[in-house]
Amino acid sequence: MALKDITLGQYFPGNSPVHRLDPRTKLIAVVLYIVALFLANWFVTYAIMFLVLAGAIAISKVPPKSILRGLKPVLFIVVFTAVLNLFYTPGDTVLAQFWIFTITLEGVYRAFFMVIRIMMLISGTFLLTYTTSPILLTDGLESLMNPLKKIKVPVHELAMMMSIALRFIPTLIEETDKIMSAQRARGADFESGNLIQRAKALLPLLVPLFISAFRRADELATAMECRCYHGGEGRTRLRQLKYKTADYVTLLLFLAITVGVGVLGRLGL
Amino acid sequence: MDPIIETKNLTHTYSAGTPFEHTALDGVDFCAYPGEYLGVIGHTGSGKSTLIQHLNALLKPTSGTVLFQDTDIWSDPKITKKTRFQVGLVFQYPEYQLFEETVYKDISFGPKNMGLDEKEIDRRVRAAAYFVGLRDDQLDKSPFELSGGQKRRVAIAGVIAMEPKVLILDEPTAGLDPEGVESILGNIREYHQAHNATIILVSHSMEEVARSVDRLVAVNDGKIPFQGAPREVFRHGDELEQMGLGVPQLTRVFHRLKAMGVDIDPSVYTLDQAKQAILTKLGKVVD
Amino acid sequence: MSAIIQTRDLHFSYPAAEGETPVVLDGVSLEIEEGSFVAVLGHNGCGKSTLAKHMNAILLPSGGTVYVDGIDTSDEDRLLDIRRAVGMVFQNPDNQIVANVVEEDVAFAPENLGVPPDEIRRRVDDALKAVNMYHYREHAPHLLSGGQKQRVAIAGVIAMRPRCIVLDEPTAMLDPIGRRDVLNTIKTLNRERGVTVVLITHHMDEAAQADRLIVMAKGKVVADGAPKAVFSQVEELRKVGLTVPQTTALLWELRQEGCDVPLDALSDEECAQALFQLLKKRLPL
Repeated sequence: MALKDITLGQYFPGNSPVHRLDPRTKLIAVVLYIVALFLANWFVTYAIMFLVLAGAIAISKVPPKSILRGLKPVLFIVVFTAVLNLFYTPGDTVLAQFWIFTITLEGVYRAFFMVIRIMMLISGTFLLTYTTSPILLTDGLESLMNPLKKIKVPVHELAMMMSIALRFIPTLIEETDKIMSAQRARGADFESGNLIQRAKALLPLLVPLFISAFRRADELATAMECRCYHGGEGRTRLRQLKYKTADYVTLLLFLAITVGVGVLGRLGL
Repeated sequence: MDPIIETKNLTHTYSAGTPFEHTALDGVDFCAYPGEYLGVIGHTGSGKSTLIQHLNALLKPTSGTVLFQDTDIWSDPKITKKTRFQVGLVFQYPEYQLFEETVYKDISFGPKNMGLDEKEIDRRVRAAAYFVGLRDDQLDKSPFELSGGQKRRVAIAGVIAMEPKVLILDEPTAGLDPEGVESILGNIREYHQAHNATIILVSHSMEEVARSVDRLVAVNDGKIPFQGAPREVFRHGDELEQMGLGVPQLTRVFHRLKAMGVDIDPSVYTLDQAKQAILTKLGKVVD
Repeated sequence: MSAIIQTRDLHFSYPAAEGETPVVLDGVSLEIEEGSFVAVLGHNGCGKSTLAKHMNAILLPSGGTVYVDGIDTSDEDRLLDIRRAVGMVFQNPDNQIVANVVEEDVAFAPENLGVPPDEIRRRVDDALKAVNMYHYREHAPHLLSGGQKQRVAIAGVIAMRPRCIVLDEPTAMLDPIGRRDVLNTIKTLNRERGVTVVLITHHMDEAAQADRLIVMAKGKVVADGAPKAVFSQVEELRKVGLTVPQTTALLWELRQEGCDVPLDALSDEECAQALFQLLKKRLPL
């Protein structure tokens, strides 16, 4: 897989009701959604959570395929935790037993729900990044964290750094690809050898990459100054964050879902 | 004469099976002959970069074959690796790949990877440095202390030091001033003559390729619409214009002159040809 | 007409590293007329980029003064006024785009200036239309071509509503299509909006399209005038390591052979006409 193919955390421009929600709403909703996921513990509650996720994806018009593709890189971790849960959950109903492994019915359920939970957790956060431009996302975070300014947390600067980092990730990935090809053309071998040899083989990639990153940073800083950047003071925004009716409705809905799932979960559903 | 390198029905598709699927090369038959100075022209996204990266096995064909001296370069991993050394590729803005502490060490990176002995490496580094006009005392400097133009020379020397039979250069003069352009083109010409190597020069500048190359290959939309002597290729003025390339300025001037009713061959493309054509027309003795 | 930028006996040297020639600008006195299109030509290291960086106070003179719109650039209190008046576009479009979405990037400067949101929206749309990139307003910049990115960078400057734009080799990294689009954009801005343009370049054909051409060598201005007049000085230009357009070069060569042709026929059309006149005298057509 070429480095470029990584779609992790990429924004899919669109104009669906989900896209149009205030980023703060979406951030809070995702937090509530995650809390609810951890409160869910049986088929009914998981089914509710699945409906919530499926509904949100449907409204967002993000192709479900893209979400599934995003899950691929984490598949290994998911399978790994599932296996751990499968073998290490003590329980009364033993289904199978061999050597030191025991599979219990409880283990099967637990592994199953664990997989569902992780997949849904990741899908939910992906939906957030797919439907919210990184800039709006940082705006939202900045706005939600604003109260922290009082305790001298450099909120604006952090948000700026984050959005610039996001902006340059694709550029640097592309550059990594290019430098790798150039060094391969001179016979560099990034794939074989033991760990130390491989680490050493990375030098011809990392040195130019660092130098270029510094050069870019320097040029970008100058370009930003030329465009009158002087910190967060007195800055206005193209997009004003404003809660609309849809935001209040969404927030209430998610709050209700979380409370509801919490209650149903306690009842063992 | 047999080609030194050729592609047969070469197709390359990026991100196959995803919504980003994109066929960059579509059944391309390309060849270069021993000792030839070949120009490859095409605008960004035409597929020319994809093509040249196949020639030294950096990219693997989706279908079709790449032959170096009649051997499929993907037939055996050893041959694939060897091809990288025999077909040297200088990327665009190669100065951004420098990484060593000294110019000498950086140039020796390729020869070292070839597994040559110290003595041979030393000979090659010095020879390559000489070709690109680096002074001996510059070899012990850090490449990062040099000027932009000099850094580029170091990077080109790094590929030349592998003494490839085919040397491919992707926009070697991009961003340089006229003096820098002249001197890099001069270095390439010298290497071409001294080693009788095949040179493949990829460029956007028609003037630049026009006065350097023996033969031109135009790449557009993943295909090769035409190739041949510069004079022949520049006959396709309108098509080249549509491909976002155009023809040398003097070719345009001569086309206009012809359109004004002057009986003159409009296929000139260098300053010297233009001058001779006018003087001949005036009946002056040309020495 | 008044001058938007004025340099008076401008000197500049970098903090001297050992063994280097630290003097980069050596007494440059220039006036850039408001509304003009000025090209600055010179080979690498001649000081043209350093000169550009003085035009909006990224660098401050070591000696002499620079005035932007009558403000001394060393007046720190007026820094924002200076930068708002003279926008700057650099060579590498990637390294001047701040945001992840085209329109958010164009909005960056007005946001910094504290422009109200409605007005930012108007300026962003207007700037993107001016560079013909309005359709791409919701795209991610890294997926655009070099020429498109550079036009976005220009829009990002236009959105400040500057009176002058200084472009430091904006086409050096672009292919012919990108170069053409960027140059057309610059010319349109100059003609239709009256924005003063200072174009730093080493492409002769770009320089030939300006109203005025300044040639620099070793930190000094060595020629200044209409492109036709400047390019006619073939030998002087060659002395400072520059070439002339192919048209001028051909005419110059022919003059060396004793042909009676003008040297200032720069464009294809003019050059063809000049050759036609020359041949007509000799040949019955």
